[in-house]
Amino acid sequence: MTQAVLEALARVHDPELHAPVTTLGFVASCRVEEGRAEVRLRLPTYFCAPNFAFLMVADAYEAVAAVPGVREVRVVLEDHFAAEAINAGVAARAGFVDTFAGYAADELDQLRTDFLRKAVLAGTDLVCRPLLAAGRRPEQLVALDLGDLPPDPELLRLRARRRELGLPADDAAPLLVDVLTGQRVEPAAAALHLRRARLTQVGVEANTSMCRGMLQHRYATKEDA
Amino acid sequence: MYQKDGESYFVVDSHMHYWDASPGNWVKGQEQYAKGWIECFHAYSSLGPPETHWPLEKFQKYTEEDLMRDLFEVGHVDKAIFQSTYLNDWYTEGFNTLERNGALAEKHPDRFIVNGRWDPRDGEAGLEQLAADAERWKLKGVKLYTAEWKGDSRGWKLTDPGAYRYLEKCQELGIRNLHLHKGPTIWPLDKDGFDVTDVDHAATDFPELNFIVEHVGLPRIEDFCFMATQEPNVYAGLSVVIGGLMHARPRFFAKVMGELLFWVGEDKMTFGSDYGIWEPKWQIEGFVDWSYPDSDQYADYPPLGVEGKKKILGLNAAKLYDIEVPEQCRIAAEPAKRESAVGVEN
Repeated sequence: MTQAVLEALARVHDPELHAPVTTLGFVASCRVEEGRAEVRLRLPTYFCAPNFAFLMVADAYEAVAAVPGVREVRVVLEDHFAAEAINAGVAARAGFVDTFAGYAADELDQLRTDFLRKAVLAGTDLVCRPLLAAGRRPEQLVALDLGDLPPDPELLRLRARRRELGLPADDAAPLLVDVLTGQRVEPAAAALHLRRARLTQVGVEANTSMCRGMLQHRYATKEDA
Repeated sequence: MYQKDGESYFVVDSHMHYWDASPGNWVKGQEQYAKGWIECFHAYSSLGPPETHWPLEKFQKYTEEDLMRDLFEVGHVDKAIFQSTYLNDWYTEGFNTLERNGALAEKHPDRFIVNGRWDPRDGEAGLEQLAADAERWKLKGVKLYTAEWKGDSRGWKLTDPGAYRYLEKCQELGIRNLHLHKGPTIWPLDKDGFDVTDVDHAATDFPELNFIVEHVGLPRIEDFCFMATQEPNVYAGLSVVIGGLMHARPRFFAKVMGELLFWVGEDKMTFGSDYGIWEPKWQIEGFVDWSYPDSDQYADYPPLGVEGKKKILGLNAAKLYDIEVPEQCRIAAEPAKRESAVGVEN
């Protein structure tokens, strides 16, 4: 069953880095005994943003609890300034506002949505860059629909992110959409849209590489990318 | 000054520190935060070349001799700007205060510029302190750390009601350069602490002030670039970019540089070593030697030549802080200084 729990954790993403906590090295340990699962999470620094940390711990809790046969879940964030509050809050399924009483005005839905939009933009860059490298011009890409592209892992990921955000993701959906409205990008705005998409992806890559480096220093982990 | 291939680079290290984060300076009951903060910095330092890593004990508190050698004797730096950061909730005497930095600056007046700080949560008393600091230290800039904890508060924004009074005060006192450092915590905690929207508003409302966003807004480089491209008085402080990426992740460094050059431009980027996290020597030498990797991936990024590197390493900051640049380090494109044009003595 440990394998099933790990697979569930692989579906928990760092909301900023848009990557699974398992490949980022954030899962310190995972043990399942007689239906009792204990997962320990760790982050690159003591001061990683508490809101994103909370999301990962809460998502991990939900994901593991949904694994058939798991009767009891314990998710523990280690070595973090807000670990105590987060661990207790998630265990009590208290929500963010109650967990950080006095410090938070709202739940984290808006934050999650904002970063999902970034994920869609970044994913758009990953899908479009090979097309541009092959000689297509930005204004040509606005005429394409998702169904016009050969299915590859990046396209599947982009579709999943768009679906999660409530943006059109079927074959007839435009390749380039405004991440707020879901409308097809106008030809005149295509170049800037793609520039922005690339900028967003570069940001994700830079952050991921820093986080990996910091985690490596902190826990003497091995490089895997 | 750094010389390479017949070119002379005037170097202004516009973001560096002289901190005391040793256990003796930790506030009782807050030790875990003081320890966590400096260990987080120490992890960043691991992204530099191995031969420049320091053991934690030295990293917590380095000496004046270390600093003077690493910056000026071997580090090629001509002028360094202290960015005072207090963190008084965690460090008894502060992390690196104006007084601590200023004492060093007074010993070496030709080497340092000292920046102050303010915090809108200090209210009326803080405004008075700022005026006193400005007079005592002839402040031209301040460092603002928006995620600093203060009692129950977890940070602030430039758009908070009290902050605009301080921005007005800066204008009145001639403190033109504001170095922004965003952090993970800000009230309320459900908002993104690294969000730079408040800088956007303040930069529009205070066009005479310069907003240097340190660490180029990392981890929100995309938000920062998109904002900076629209605001003529927003600058990209390269601290962490060169130190954290150039050695450890050269390909990502090239992409980040490419984006910055495209969105922000070489006239609005300033070098900062972030000493003691990283020593300036390898950063400056590596940056002067740097070019894009030979790949189509970087083909449509703006090029960066010798002039651009001179601007980024020192000339841009020299303009912001009215620092005299030796004749041999100037570039032709740079307009003649007003006083030299009319032949007036300083």
